[in-house]
Amino acid sequence: MALLSIKNLKAKINETEILHGINLEINPGETHAIMGPNGSGKSTLASVLAGKPGYEVTDGEVLFNGKNLLEMPPEVRAREGMFLAFQYPVEIPGVSNTNLIKSAVNEIRKYRNLEPLDAFDFISMIKEKAAMVEIEQSFLNRSVNLSISSNEVFQMAMLDPVLAVLDETDSGLDIDALRIVANGVNKLRRNDNAFLVITHYQRLLNYIVPDYVHVLYKGRIVKSGGKELALELEEKGYDWIKD
Amino acid sequence: MEENNNILDNIAESEYKYGFVSNIEQELAPKGLNEDVIRFISAKKNEPSFLLEWRLRAFRHWQKMKEPNWAKVKYPPIDYQDIHYYAAPKNFNKYKSLDEVDPEILRTYEKLGIPLEEQKRLAGVAVDAVLDSVSVATTFKEKLNELGIIFCPISEAVHTHPELVEKYLGSVVPYTDNYFAALNSAVFSDGSFVYVPKGVRCPMELSTYFRINASSTGQFERTLIIADEGSYVSYLEGCTAPMRDENQLHAAVVELIAHKNAEIKYSTVQNWYPGDKEGKGGIYNFVTKRGLCEGENSKISWTQVETGSAITWKYPSCVLKGDNSVGEFYSVALTNNFQQADTGTKMIHLGKNTKSRIVSKGISAGRSDNSYRGLVKISKKADGARNFSQCDSLLLGDKCGAHTFPYIEVANKTAIVEHEATTSKISEDIIFYLNQRGISTEDAVALIVHGYAKEVLNNLPMEFAVEAKKLLSVSLEGSVG
Repeated sequence: MALLSIKNLKAKINETEILHGINLEINPGETHAIMGPNGSGKSTLASVLAGKPGYEVTDGEVLFNGKNLLEMPPEVRAREGMFLAFQYPVEIPGVSNTNLIKSAVNEIRKYRNLEPLDAFDFISMIKEKAAMVEIEQSFLNRSVNLSISSNEVFQMAMLDPVLAVLDETDSGLDIDALRIVANGVNKLRRNDNAFLVITHYQRLLNYIVPDYVHVLYKGRIVKSGGKELALELEEKGYDWIKD
Repeated sequence: MEENNNILDNIAESEYKYGFVSNIEQELAPKGLNEDVIRFISAKKNEPSFLLEWRLRAFRHWQKMKEPNWAKVKYPPIDYQDIHYYAAPKNFNKYKSLDEVDPEILRTYEKLGIPLEEQKRLAGVAVDAVLDSVSVATTFKEKLNELGIIFCPISEAVHTHPELVEKYLGSVVPYTDNYFAALNSAVFSDGSFVYVPKGVRCPMELSTYFRINASSTGQFERTLIIADEGSYVSYLEGCTAPMRDENQLHAAVVELIAHKNAEIKYSTVQNWYPGDKEGKGGIYNFVTKRGLCEGENSKISWTQVETGSAITWKYPSCVLKGDNSVGEFYSVALTNNFQQADTGTKMIHLGKNTKSRIVSKGISAGRSDNSYRGLVKISKKADGARNFSQCDSLLLGDKCGAHTFPYIEVANKTAIVEHEATTSKISEDIIFYLNQRGISTEDAVALIVHGYAKEVLNNLPMEFAVEAKKLLSVSLEGSVG
């Protein structure tokens, strides 16, 4: 069974239809990349999958783990194992990253009928996961508005999602930050989880090598292929698709 | 957008969880206020003549005063002749143990989650429980006695330590101070009295739980805390009240005196009935709280978490008279539905090198109005005085209001006064971000609010901080989903 199955998904924001019928299947163990020019609907797709308010789904269905994703509120999607790595950092004054992650981890554990982690277990988990994705722990006690690359990757490691969506997480990152993200994702790839990498540029895909590449254009997937499709796009530009 | 606005509306609609009335036989003064009623109250308490005379002087002064109207709060006129000024549990006796206390009263405490036994055993907190106007249970008294610390109802102190009461009562807040202070001085029923002798560090948090429990009864607490030279005391005040329709007047006075090298820490968690979602009912809370840093190097610190009352009019203040004395004010004021809060502080710098610090965190939800009003006054002789003020406002939704009225008066060139203020809104983006991490909107709001108020909550004693955090969450709880 597919982990994520999107059928004829149409969505609008402010009365403007952005997605005109998306079809996509992601199986466990796969990494998919979605590329496309600005305004093609990439971020809308990520937002609709995560359940961001303001978007209205007008047609189609999305099954996640065989369940109707579109009926779930955003926090339930997260607890079911959907993780969205954000494009822009969110600042929450006075809330430390550790505190935020602890709340998140324990909410997800509660949903899975597990006991909440106590302080000791939580600290060992932090150490283990930070080592796994090779991130220094020093940033953890700062407020949330820290370097997004390390933060989002670390949160991903802590929450251990079954499907992680990276919504242009690479935009604005320098090469070091890009490597942190890519390295973290690669360390987390297993045969029972999946990644959906949304990006405008091919360079991230040098580090996170996808199994499949899809090109999104004007709210539709117009081309799908293997990792070589990304290179072809890089070479020929998006104009090649538009013809 | 719309959906999130609805969510914020829902959060703003949480029910008051402590609304119930317990039946304890009351003894009421007749409604209304005149010299006879004051004589009745004084006689009931078998008071010495100096106190009766003082009450009568206060009453005569009050009659000449006008109710203040400068605060940013609105309420229908109060009929001061339609209020009972005295209510006491009948057959009031001094209880030596909890067994002798009316089981109904004990059940009331249990419903509020304040088991006296538990507190005695676990927290090391001595509880002087004030139910309506008369203290019914005082614990840990013996241990405090050994150290020479006096912690008792003020009505008792009047008999056991009249010289201290006569010396200090009204010395920080004279009855001429303001309308509500004058009223309180005339009719105060009871409250706490604390005296910590020279060089003694009070080993436990002293705690009083107030509870308004009689229909149409004004509550006029009077608290007096004296820390003699080189002593230290931490005092906790917390309260909840039963749900009812009529507005209830509360006009308390708290006076603190810190002598040379002494420190007083006064913490409040206030959760009186705020009125229902339509703004009906709720407590009117007109409080005068002031501390006098009398001696050199003395320190007074106010920490308050205000979530209740329909109207809050409250400015815990410090008069920094002693050189090098320090005043602090840490406040979280949360308003929801139709609540109105006009609260803040006054820091009056008189002595040299006096320091004050103000941290005020307002949280407004629903259709409420939340104002910070603060005065920093540096007098001519206060060389080297220093003040730092931080006033932040957090808005939930777009129907509430937050206002800041800072008043700064500086008469000495060497003073340094700083004021910082911010206003922020819980944005949909932040809520969505936390939702996407598996945290529900309700918990997300709690997380944000706790983070926002952390600097103040951290100043509360441990067990009180836990209670205060719970209270903030409960006050913003709603049917989200």
